[in-house]
Amino acid sequence: MNTLDLTKPCGPANNRPMADTGKALAAAVAMLGSGLAGGCVQVTAPDKPIVIELNINIRQEVIYRLAADAGNTIEENSDIF
Amino acid sequence: MSMHSIRRFMLGSALAALALGGLAPAQAQRDPAYEQARAAGQVGEKMDGYLSVVSGGNAALQRLVDDINIRRKAVYTERAQASGSTVQEYAFAAGCQAIARTEQGEKYQAPDGSWQTRGAGPPQRHASCP
Repeated sequence: MNTLDLTKPCGPANNRPMADTGKALAAAVAMLGSGLAGGCVQVTAPDKPIVIELNINIRQEVIYRLAADAGNTIEENSDIF
Repeated sequence: MSMHSIRRFMLGSALAALALGGLAPAQAQRDPAYEQARAAGQVGEKMDGYLSVVSGGNAALQRLVDDINIRRKAVYTERAQASGSTVQEYAFAAGCQAIARTEQGEKYQAPDGSWQTRGAGPPQRHASCP
């Protein structure tokens, strides 16, 4: 029975001794070059600072639901409100 | 039951409630220093449900505010748990109510973050307030 390979099969990984820095740098340059040639996605940093909105945790329907309860709490603890 | 006996029953209940109220401990009142600081606009109600020193604060006033806020947070935490909300949500909901209940001359935080003095009209409140 023929099976359809969805991915290119690879041989088993083989252990190689750690390359010296010169080789590693060369490999990194080679990877970068092939990456650019293969049309990789370019991500540019935004020019504006990233602002995180802290009020996202406030859900309006919850505030409405809690209104009466909160009012009672204030009356029951009138010394601190 | 005749109308008369209903009336007598209601009167009796009212008297019983009054007697019970007299036996129960009186509802705690604000500390005089706190009451005075509120009236003088030295402290104000924030949108997040906590109190803050607005102006003319000294160390003693800051301590008073901190103490009240710690006690408020304890109450918020308990009620948040009971009502299935977060402490932040409950505190915010209480802040909406606390600002609505400010009296003329007292300070509160407006939606833009500025301190406002409560006037005769309704206070400026956050859009999420009911």
